[in-house]
Amino acid sequence: MLDVVLHILRRDLRLAFRRWSELATPLIFFVIIASLFPLAATPDEAQLRSIGAAVIWMSALLSSLLALDGLFRADSEDGSMEQLILAPAPLGLVVLAKIVAHWAVSGVPLLVLAPLVAMSFYLPLAALPELIAALALATPTLSVLAAVGAALTVSLRAGGTIIGLLILPLTGPVLIFGTRATELAALGESVAGPLYLLASLAVLAVSLGPLIAAAAVRTALE
Amino acid sequence: MNAVPIRRRLWRAFHRLGSPPYVYRLAGRLSPWLGVTSCVLLAVGAFWGLVLAPPDYLQGDSFRIIYIHVPSAYLSMGGYVLMAVAAAIGYIWRMKLAHGLAVCVAPLGAWFTALALVTGGIWGKPTWGTYWEWGDARLMFELLLLFLYIGYMVLRMSFDDREKADRVSALLAVVGVVNVPIIHYSVEWWTTLHQGPTLIREGGPSITMDMLIPLLIMLAGFSLFFGWLLCKRLQGEILRRESRTRWVRTLAAEAGA
Repeated sequence: MLDVVLHILRRDLRLAFRRWSELATPLIFFVIIASLFPLAATPDEAQLRSIGAAVIWMSALLSSLLALDGLFRADSEDGSMEQLILAPAPLGLVVLAKIVAHWAVSGVPLLVLAPLVAMSFYLPLAALPELIAALALATPTLSVLAAVGAALTVSLRAGGTIIGLLILPLTGPVLIFGTRATELAALGESVAGPLYLLASLAVLAVSLGPLIAAAAVRTALE
Repeated sequence: MNAVPIRRRLWRAFHRLGSPPYVYRLAGRLSPWLGVTSCVLLAVGAFWGLVLAPPDYLQGDSFRIIYIHVPSAYLSMGGYVLMAVAAAIGYIWRMKLAHGLAVCVAPLGAWFTALALVTGGIWGKPTWGTYWEWGDARLMFELLLLFLYIGYMVLRMSFDDREKADRVSALLAVVGVVNVPIIHYSVEWWTTLHQGPTLIREGGPSITMDMLIPLLIMLAGFSLFFGWLLCKRLQGEILRRESRTRWVRTLAAEAGA
């Protein structure tokens, strides 16, 4: 059973690295959204400092939505998703492996890029470790939510546009605790509270989300 | 008396709920009762609440919108739970009528959510000085609930195949149910503008009897009104789903004759 999971993990990672332009798109998207905010707002230091946390979190949210649209689509179009449904491992685990692989290539680079963006919004250097920790706890939840959205719309032609409508309302708690952690860190206060809440959301999402996504994929392809 | 026949009778009643003609007739028989009772309760509750109940010592007469606002908000959440439970029953036991019920609840729940938001805004202006406060968690999550209802309906519409729409949208309804407890507890977790719970709280309701009784009457009236609309919609939905069957054709022929 673990073989299958490791195999899928390796396969998805290899596929991702062979198509590195798709891999880079969400990250570039993240940087572009973040850099467009100062154009839309007044770009003075006080203003940018006050919207910095919101900008980072909104950009992360939107780029994670964009990144996961194709998570199941390519596999269900060429028929390999049907084979995975028939595989000896439970489909929930298979889906979890796919989400982990995708998070590794889309969520982890975000953790590297976010501090750069944060610094350009005048977030104090001392707050960067907390920001990375908060993003590290939040991105798995966002990935799982986006995977659920991708699974619900996998058999639809215009799936990509609907995902946002379905999933964005559910990202409210992540956004609240994420920005709260970043703002507290910028003030130099303890961020333990929001981090614990982000961690509990991640546990909830990672343990239940793959099951829902698996059920949705199976329903869509039956 | 022996317990077995009762259980068997209950099972038979439960199985009958899977039969479209039976539920169609049941909804048809229930709806006039629900309609009349709800109208009477709404009239009594509105008169009692808007005219007879004393004005609030702090908010004066503006508090009276509570008699619309609280029942709508309660139905917006109760409706979502009903929709999610019906959708889950439909998904797990492949019961088509349960999916039909969930489909009927969605637009009703969305309208009551919108009503709760609008009445909340009207109430907010004289008491908080603003129609809308972005910083308040309960307002935000109630708005997200409206988006969830809309997402559910849009997702359904984008499928051509009804059975697939039923099953996939059921999963979304179940995922979205996490929002309901967040709305309920939001006023305790984040204390900003919206007042704390009045009815369901430790130590009983924090509202005087003169104001509480009309509120309870309005809650009952709104719920029955919701049930009435639901029966009507469910009848239509059953006819739409069963339009190819013989009993619907017979029904249509009788109605036409």
